[in-house]
Amino acid sequence: MAKRIGMEVAVAVAEAVGQCDIDMAAVYPITPQSHIAEHLSDLVADGKINAEFVTVESEHSAMSAVIGASGTGARVYTATSSQGLMLMHELLPIASGMRLPIVMGIANRAVSGPLNILNDHSDIMPQRDSGWISLFAENGQEAIDLSIQAFKIAEHKDVQLPVCVNIDGFQLTHMVEPLEFPDQELVNKFLPTRVPYATLHPAKPVTMGAFSMSDYFTEIMKAKDEALKNSKKVILEVWDEWAKMFGRSYKPVETYKAEDADILMLTMGSMGETAEMAIDGLRAKGVKAGLIKLRLWRPFPFAEIKAVVKNAKKLIVTDRAVSFGGPGGPVFSEIKSALYAEIQRPAIYNYIIGLGGRDVTVPDFVHMFEKVIADKANKAVDTYEFWGVRE
Amino acid sequence: MTKRKGLATWQEITTGCVVFDPGSASEYHTGSWRAQRPVWDNQKCIKCGICYIFCPEGCVQQSEDGFFQANMDYCKGCGICAHECWPRAIAMVEEG
Repeated sequence: MAKRIGMEVAVAVAEAVGQCDIDMAAVYPITPQSHIAEHLSDLVADGKINAEFVTVESEHSAMSAVIGASGTGARVYTATSSQGLMLMHELLPIASGMRLPIVMGIANRAVSGPLNILNDHSDIMPQRDSGWISLFAENGQEAIDLSIQAFKIAEHKDVQLPVCVNIDGFQLTHMVEPLEFPDQELVNKFLPTRVPYATLHPAKPVTMGAFSMSDYFTEIMKAKDEALKNSKKVILEVWDEWAKMFGRSYKPVETYKAEDADILMLTMGSMGETAEMAIDGLRAKGVKAGLIKLRLWRPFPFAEIKAVVKNAKKLIVTDRAVSFGGPGGPVFSEIKSALYAEIQRPAIYNYIIGLGGRDVTVPDFVHMFEKVIADKANKAVDTYEFWGVRE
Repeated sequence: MTKRKGLATWQEITTGCVVFDPGSASEYHTGSWRAQRPVWDNQKCIKCGICYIFCPEGCVQQSEDGFFQANMDYCKGCGICAHECWPRAIAMVEEG
């Protein structure tokens, strides 16, 4: 087993990407992603990895550059955050529509306005329907592992779709954690050279990104939707292979003490480990509480979610973004929609938590459980609340 | 995309819609939304070729007899040829 070392997570993500034999990266620095950009550029400048680092003038250009490079058959990486992701937005469906296996790290940060540099999920949520595979890391080790796995998933012949790895800004990116890097030889074995479906080359011209009118657009959208849905099979295979080679297992929906739970909470990203401590406290008091941690946001793991919630009486969905004027947080409405047709389903509550970097502590999570348990008449079911808002 | 009769199904679309046959854009007939078509009156036409020069689609072609006509697979019915034709030899006629 490899040695564990202490390292800042953003730097570690760049190190892990450096283990993946990338050919090219185009990264525009933005807080809290900057240390990924800086360290990756160091690795290239110091000759530690044999790749091109393209210093672009914006995130729009960063995404454009990796799209072009990926089209030539290169293995490419980019990373961004918040406003940078919003600037890339226009190009995200183009990358997935062209079925280019780009890997992007997202140091999740609140979207302006007002300007805020701290962590929530309001940057990734507007990208939901861009056709990207979307994974969430809960800690630094997962951020490393998912970043390496992402290339294998993206480039698989049955997938050929871009993948984004969500890493909570500051809460994860700026933590120094004990981390275990996989052996380079094993990474090489796990991640063979990319075999592209088609390449841009003057000797054998092809057209990528051609125009399409109404006569083909529906068929193209259907093909893309099927590709994204079918990618789950490959994601599961890749996670199985990873578990066998590196001893750490990954599931689309992770659980903690959920098997016999009467009341469940659902988190995405770094809040999961804090919520686990709340579960431990509640269990000690005899409350049958459990946790669901959603790792795979797209493609959405419908079957897995249904299986883990079916015996619970109540489910608290936490959201780290707001769908203004909508039915509640984006995760909440997704979970409700997934369970709508189920005869046996829990009463679902929604708390919008941790906006713009606001701390959510263990007692906060305990209090959420207590509040929902106290709602014996289920009056607050299907409503949402801004947790801790001053009024 | 392989040549076939009729339009491809979603399963037949190439991954990412890559077109493996360069120069195949002419196979994509884009004249379907035309509301009017240009009709030449060769009695008035002086074969000056201004319609040929101004057609933004490049779909006006000269026949062996020197007169002009538009390729209806690509003509959008924009009417620029008729507007530019100073002997007024081109009329825009409603599509049935």
